[in-house]
Amino acid sequence: MATVVELPIETYKGPVDPDWCPGCGDFGVLKSVQQAAGACGVAPADLMIVSGIGCSSNLPGFIHAYGVHSLHGRAVAVATGIHLANCDLKVVITGGDGDGYGIGIGHFIHAMRRNLDITYVVMDNQIYGLTTGQTSPTTTKGHKTKSTPKGNIEMPLNPLALAITAGATYVARGFSGEQKHLAEIIAGAIAHKGFSLVDVFSPCVTYNKVNTYPWFKERVYKLEDQGFDPTDFDASIKKSFEWGEKIPLGVIYKRQSDTYEDLDPILQRGSLVKQSLGLDKETMQSFIGELI
Amino acid sequence: MREVTIGIGGAAGDGLDKSGDTLARTAGRLGLHVYAYNSYQSVIRGGHIWLRVRIGQEKVSNHGDRLTVMVALNQDTIERHAGEVDEGGCIVFNMDRLKLDQSLVKKSVQTLAIPMGQVTAEIVKEHGPIQPIMQNTVAVGAVFYLTGIDFQEAADVVKDTFAHKGDKTVALNVGLLKAGWEFARSNARPVSGGWAVSSIRRPFVTGNEAIAIGAAAAGCKFYSAYPMTPASTILHWMASHNEKAGICVKQAEDELAVINMAVGAGIAGARSMCATAGGGFALMTEAIGMAGIMEVPVVCVEVQRGGPSTGLPTKTEQGDLNQVFGASQGEYPRMIVAPRDTADCFDTTVEAFNIAEKYQMPVLIMSDLLLSEHPETVDAEVFRHDVKIDRGDLVTEWSEIQGRFKRFRLDTETGVSPRTLPGTPNAVFTYGSDEHDERGILVSDIFTAPPVRRKMMEKRMRKMERLLQELPAPVLEGPSDADVTLVGWGSTSGAIREAAAMLTEEGIKTNFIIAKYILPFHVREMTELLASCRKKIAVEANYTSQFARYLKAETGIVMDGHVTRYDGDPFEPSYIVAHVSDIMSGKPRCLDITESEARQLAYHYLRTHYLERLRPGKLVRESKNGKGEAIWRIELVERSGGSKAGELTVGITTGATYAYEPSHS
Repeated sequence: MATVVELPIETYKGPVDPDWCPGCGDFGVLKSVQQAAGACGVAPADLMIVSGIGCSSNLPGFIHAYGVHSLHGRAVAVATGIHLANCDLKVVITGGDGDGYGIGIGHFIHAMRRNLDITYVVMDNQIYGLTTGQTSPTTTKGHKTKSTPKGNIEMPLNPLALAITAGATYVARGFSGEQKHLAEIIAGAIAHKGFSLVDVFSPCVTYNKVNTYPWFKERVYKLEDQGFDPTDFDASIKKSFEWGEKIPLGVIYKRQSDTYEDLDPILQRGSLVKQSLGLDKETMQSFIGELI
Repeated sequence: MREVTIGIGGAAGDGLDKSGDTLARTAGRLGLHVYAYNSYQSVIRGGHIWLRVRIGQEKVSNHGDRLTVMVALNQDTIERHAGEVDEGGCIVFNMDRLKLDQSLVKKSVQTLAIPMGQVTAEIVKEHGPIQPIMQNTVAVGAVFYLTGIDFQEAADVVKDTFAHKGDKTVALNVGLLKAGWEFARSNARPVSGGWAVSSIRRPFVTGNEAIAIGAAAAGCKFYSAYPMTPASTILHWMASHNEKAGICVKQAEDELAVINMAVGAGIAGARSMCATAGGGFALMTEAIGMAGIMEVPVVCVEVQRGGPSTGLPTKTEQGDLNQVFGASQGEYPRMIVAPRDTADCFDTTVEAFNIAEKYQMPVLIMSDLLLSEHPETVDAEVFRHDVKIDRGDLVTEWSEIQGRFKRFRLDTETGVSPRTLPGTPNAVFTYGSDEHDERGILVSDIFTAPPVRRKMMEKRMRKMERLLQELPAPVLEGPSDADVTLVGWGSTSGAIREAAAMLTEEGIKTNFIIAKYILPFHVREMTELLASCRKKIAVEANYTSQFARYLKAETGIVMDGHVTRYDGDPFEPSYIVAHVSDIMSGKPRCLDITESEARQLAYHYLRTHYLERLRPGKLVRESKNGKGEAIWRIELVERSGGSKAGELTVGITTGATYAYEPSHS
């Protein structure tokens, strides 16, 4: 294995500064992604940050790397296409809970069952921020938002349990209030071969007055401090449902498995973008021969 | 021209496509030309399937209006189509199972009733009982005798078809073919012959296969799709040829994923394509607009079927033009192109990849069920392996001393900004679906955005002007001093071409224009062409004449008449001829249910409710019977015995099936 040459965080300083609200959790996530990329030694030209639409989906514009700021809910599909076309790029998807767990949940689940070697960082603030504060798929029951003025009557989605059962091979939770810890988790996700989900508590200081920094700080603890074994499926599933007084942070599930690209006969020949184009005479003749 | 049309009818599962294939491949190997069309229903078993195989000494551009030989695999088929067999033609069927009522048949039509048990007795003795489906091969053998198409070549095709199943199966099938041929030789006269055969061997190809092979030749590296008729066979070809063609094939979870994956692959620098029908395309439109604003090359094939909604899943239509025009919010450059025939599907796809990359835009290929699914013989030379691959303006190296890389630089005459592929050092940038500046930085919210937006829109749209210059303008084909000009687009070209010739022969001198490049559009050239024509009649497989409306908007010229079709069946030349003649003589279009349509409705009703027991008998038109409209009174008779079992009435204006009234004896 090649030695990793770590790169300083300045390597990834973007062309413009973020325009997130002061205090937004996404600042910590941006810094963590930059640190993680540096820790993994991924050069900006080989790093591809893909997002959908939402406050957090503006992240690709704030980092020095290749990026795609795509459509609402479609980041995972776009990232899949990029990754399959060029497996040599490190693809990191960054987006929000509405983008990934709401409108984009179909792609999210299917990408996990394919075990594509992609990292997905979800800045989960349990609210729609860019559209000024409506309920999201992870908004807790009873939470009053602009679209649920009398309180949300739906159960929130459990992204970690969903990811473990859908086939993700690295499932973790971070908190932007624990920025260094988050950077380590994301670095682990980038280094992991397979689909990695990092769900991040990234508080919305403007529109979510319930799930705030202090709210999380009172509750979160780190799994590694308790010697938790993330390779035990049953324990991981159980842990993924822990919510309330105590909420776990860290790697909750991890296993090694064949990735999609390990099994696709064409991708085994290397990145598509480096393969030759078109057909030789014999191949064309064989295709036409079948039809005569 | 020397030609023959063979109709094979049966139920889904009867294996008639294989029979058609044997006929067509044999003709193709002898240098003859074939065009086949299969009318089928969206059921895996049952339903009525009607395959027509037209074989010509010269190129045949559609399935035509004739029926020389009919092979009936079930009773329905005999009754439904016996009356369509041309004088001098022949009806072939298994007399052990089926009966032919001679009153249904035109004069001088031969009947070849095969005593299947007797004919195959020797073979059964040697090979054991044969499956019903294999009896088709006997009938096909008879067709080879009747049509005068070389038996030895047919036997070779059968050998190749069954080679993978071993010598015994080959011997069995060739034996069946021979038995049919021998039986016909002793019991019927050939209906055609004298074919000038040649050593030219032509492949028998569908439009979808031609598109898939074109994509492979053009260097497509990524193909994504979600199953949807009639686009699925592109996916099937891709999936079964991926290793030879070097294409990564991805069946995705839905069409949203399909197009977004294809766009992603295009961003990364792989030539990418996807295909779908109108319903799937409806889901894709937002991402096509994204490819437009982000200037990403991607090829998308829209194979139209009858709409809206689920519509007519197994029938053809050209009803999606407005949808493709309207794809995505906002305005963006893109190409819309409608290939005119199967060979053109190959060329168009190769061209689509080059234009997509050269102009960094989505290219939308508009096909339809007819073009995508009907097979025809195409000259093998069409399928070139050494096609031109133009990847457009690619920057492969960039150094920091050149400054920041401007992916969307404005100062280009063509509107095309050279691109780098992700992975290129020192040239990083972000693709934005928001409006952005030259470096890709979003300007969508900022106060100073209007001038940047304006310049960026002008840059992108400039690509359309340059693209138009390299596309061939539409042409007028046929006599220049014609009385009538038929105007169509895409797959209807074959039927329109033949209809124009028929009309000219009948004394209405007719020429035609078939548009292929829909966007960008040759407004000046088309306006000049149309201005030079006398009576202009649009021919489109839709209700609202979408293309004619587009022509009116772009050229200001209004068509003098419209021939439309939206019942799911493709145009036949005679349909166009009849409608054009009516328009020319000022006869109002009659939308009444015809006698043959009423008969088909009765068959469908009976199939649903009484299966094989009854069939429609005599039809009488009555002006009124208390239903509020004129009706067809249809007698229903017992298949065995022919006694009247009831009546069905069908409204002539509405097509309503009013009632089944059983006879009380």
